[in-house]
Amino acid sequence: MSEYRDPELAKKYLEEIKNTVSRPWSIMEVCGGQTHSLVKNGIIDMLPDTVTMIHGPGCPVCVTPLNLIDKAIYLAEEKGVILCSFGDMLRVPGSQKNLLEVKAEGADVRILYSPLEAVKIAEDNPDKEVVFFAVGFETTAPANALSVVHAHRRGVKNYSILASHVLVPPAIKAVIDDEESKIDGFLAAGHVCTIMGNSEYHPLSAEYKVPIVVTGFEPLDVLQGILMVIRQLEQSKSEVENQYARIVREDGNPEAQKVINEVFEIRNQMWRGIGEIPESGYAVREKYAEFDATKKYDVTIEEAPENPDCISGQIMKGIKKPFECSQFGKKCKPTNPLGAPMVSSEGACAAYYHFSGLVEA
Amino acid sequence: MCLAIPGKIKSVEMQYDGRVRMATVLFGGITKEASLEMLPDADIGDYVLVHVGVAISKVNEEEAQKTFKYLAEIGELGDLTDVDEYLPKTN
Amino acid sequence: MSENNKIRMQLQCPMPKLDFDVITLGHGSGGVLTNKLLDSGVFDLLSNDILDERHDGAFLELNGKTAFSTDSFLVSPIFFPGGNIGELAINGTVNDLAMCGATPKYLSLSFIIEEGLPVKEFWDILVAIKFACEKAGVQVVTGDTKVVEKGKGDKIFINTSGVGPIHEKANISAKNISVGDKIIISGNVASHGMAIMSVREGLEFESEIISDTTNLNHTIINLIEKFGSNIHLLTDPTRGGVATVLKEIAQSSEIGIDLKQRDFPIDEQVASACELLGLDPLYVANEGLFIAFVSESEADAVLATLHQDENGKNARIIGSVVQEHPKQVIMESAIGGKRVISMLPGEQLPRIC
Repeated sequence: MSEYRDPELAKKYLEEIKNTVSRPWSIMEVCGGQTHSLVKNGIIDMLPDTVTMIHGPGCPVCVTPLNLIDKAIYLAEEKGVILCSFGDMLRVPGSQKNLLEVKAEGADVRILYSPLEAVKIAEDNPDKEVVFFAVGFETTAPANALSVVHAHRRGVKNYSILASHVLVPPAIKAVIDDEESKIDGFLAAGHVCTIMGNSEYHPLSAEYKVPIVVTGFEPLDVLQGILMVIRQLEQSKSEVENQYARIVREDGNPEAQKVINEVFEIRNQMWRGIGEIPESGYAVREKYAEFDATKKYDVTIEEAPENPDCISGQIMKGIKKPFECSQFGKKCKPTNPLGAPMVSSEGACAAYYHFSGLVEA
Repeated sequence: MCLAIPGKIKSVEMQYDGRVRMATVLFGGITKEASLEMLPDADIGDYVLVHVGVAISKVNEEEAQKTFKYLAEIGELGDLTDVDEYLPKTN
Repeated sequence: MSENNKIRMQLQCPMPKLDFDVITLGHGSGGVLTNKLLDSGVFDLLSNDILDERHDGAFLELNGKTAFSTDSFLVSPIFFPGGNIGELAINGTVNDLAMCGATPKYLSLSFIIEEGLPVKEFWDILVAIKFACEKAGVQVVTGDTKVVEKGKGDKIFINTSGVGPIHEKANISAKNISVGDKIIISGNVASHGMAIMSVREGLEFESEIISDTTNLNHTIINLIEKFGSNIHLLTDPTRGGVATVLKEIAQSSEIGIDLKQRDFPIDEQVASACELLGLDPLYVANEGLFIAFVSESEADAVLATLHQDENGKNARIIGSVVQEHPKQVIMESAIGGKRVISMLPGEQLPRIC
C-alpha cells in the first residue's frame, strides 16, 4: 500500500494537475473516506487555487437521521439490549445525548469491527436481545445483510439490526439537482462501486454532463482521480472513468449485490441535514422482519428538531463552506457538535476545523 | 463508507457447520478472519480487500500497476514535457 | 515482558498455598482477613527493610531536589500481551519520575480490588510488580489495600506514587525549549495501545504485538549524565498518544512544532493493525516510550547514544521546534502535504468510515 503514498509520484501528479488546469473547477469528492485522505495527506493545500474540492454528503455517520440515533439510545437504555455498533457512531449527537454517554451511564453498548461478531454475541447471550446499529453506504450493506442471513441460518432469535443504509447515486443526483450547487465533476466512492459497479453513474454523467471518476483512497488514487476529472473538464468530456480498476469491476460484486437484494429493498430515505431523498435507502424486507429492530421493538420516538443553527444540509451539498456557518468554531466544535458534519472526522466541518487550525481546540 | 484494506489469504476453512467459507487474512503481519461468501472463487494466496469482516473484492495485480504508469501514458499523448520524467520510480 | 521472562518469574515465585481462592470484602477491612492476606506470603514478595516495618507510613531520608509523582492505573483487560496492570503501575510512576530527570527510589502502592478477584490473578500481578521494581531498582515502601463490592470496581485499580532525587545535571523544564530544538522519540509508536486492542472484545486480531511497557529510568539517567542541560524536556506519550502530548506542549509553551510523518518509527504489525481498525497511530497510547526535546547541536549525539540502549534502538528524530505558527503542531504527510495536528475530543474510536 505504501507505493500509493510515494511522495515523488505525488509531486508529479500535482505538477500535471497544475499544468492541465486552465480555469477554475469545483470537484466534489463524494465519500467521507476520500475527504479523510485529502485532509490527512494535506492534499487540499497542495492543489492549485483554481481547483476547489467540495466535501460531499458521503459520510453515512453524518447523514444517519437524528431519530434513528434516538431509537438506538432508547433500545440501549430502556430496553436493555446489547447495542452493538461501529465506533464511528458513538459520538454522533442524538437529540439529548450520544451513545458514548449512554454507555457511560451503564447501558451495554459495544464497539465491534464486524456485524458478524454481533451474531456471535447473540448466540453467546441467549437470554439477552442483541441489536446491531447497521449504518453505512452500499459498501457496508453486504456485511450487514450477511449478518441477518447468518442469524436466520443459525436460528438465532435474539438478533436484529437497526438499519440506516444510504445510497450514493441518488445523493449525487440530489446534489446536482439543487440549483445552488455548482459542481463541475465528481470523485465517486471506490468502495461503494466495488459492490455496486459503475453502471448507475453512466446515466448521471450523460444527463447532467459531468465527469465522474471512481477513485480509491490512497493519496495517489485521489490525485490521479482529480487529474482524470480535470483532463475531462478541460476537454469538455463527461464520462465515467474507473481510476480504481485494481479493485472495482464494471459490474461490481454480483454475490454482494445478491445478498443485499435478498435482505434489503430500496425505499425513500431521510438524510440528516438534507431531507428526504427518494429511493435512496435500504429497508429490511418483510421476509426478514424478525431481524428488523424497527419492527421487532415498538420504537416510536418523536422526531426531534435539528439545531436551527446547523446548516449541515448546505454544507454537504457544497453550497456553503463550513467557515460560512455562524456557529463554526464558536458554539459548534468537535467537543460540542451541533450537527453531524462536525462529529465524524470525515464530516466537512470537522475536517475544516482540524485542517485549518485557525480555531484552537 | 470506505475503510477497507487489502490482505493476503493465508488459509481457508468452512465454519458454522460447513456452511460459511471463512479466510484467515494476513495484513502486514497481523491476521484477522474474514468471510469469503462474497468471493466464491477467492483462494489461498489471493489478495483481497476486506471491509468490516467481509472480503469484497480481489485485487487485480495488473490493474494495480496502472496508477504508476498513467502519467507516462498521457505524456505520450502529446504533452510537451519530457516523457521520461513521468516514468514511475522503482523503489 | 516476553513470555520467557514471564515463565521465569512464575517459576521463581510460586504462589503459596492459601485457604482462599478469591479476594473478599473482608480482606480489605483491616481485620483478621486482611492480616491473613498480609501474612500469607502474598506481601513477602515485596519485602524490604522499610516496608517490613509495617508502619502506617515509611521513614525516608531524602536530600536535595526531589521529584514526586503519582499515577493511577485502570487498564482493561488487566492481563494483555506483553504484561499486566502490575508492571504498568510500577513502570508508569518510575517513568514519570525519570521524565523529571530524577532517579526513582521509593514508591507507594495502593490497590482497590473488586471483590471476587481470583487470588491467583492478584498473585500474578504482584509477581510482575516485584520484577518491575527489581528491574527499575526501586522499592515499594508503603501501601494500602481496599476491597470494594462487586460492580463497584473493574477487577483491580492500582495507584502508585513515587519519589526520587533529581540528577544534579538535569535541567528539565518546558521553559528551556528553544527554537531549533530537535524532537526525538525513543522507539516505535502505538505498540502498547494496539496490544490492548488486539485482545479487546469485538476488535480482536491475531498478531505478535506486545506492549512495550518497561522502565526507562536507566536510559534517561544515562542521557542526562552525558548531555545534562542539553536535554530540555522529557515526556512520555501515554494516553492520547504522541500527537496529544506534543499539542499540549505546543499550546502551553506557545511554541510551534513541525513533524514529519515518514520519520515516525512504527512496527509493521502495529501499522497494519491501525489501518485495519481505522486508528491513527499518533493518537494511540504508548507505555515504554519517551519524547525528548534536545538542543539542536546535540541531537545527533543523543540519537547515537540512544541507539546503543536497549530501549532506544528504534529512536528517531521526528521533528523540531520552529519560529512559525506558535501553539500549532504541523505535520508533513507521507506525500509532502501539511496537516494540522489537533486534540481529539475524547478517546480515539475505531472507525469504518
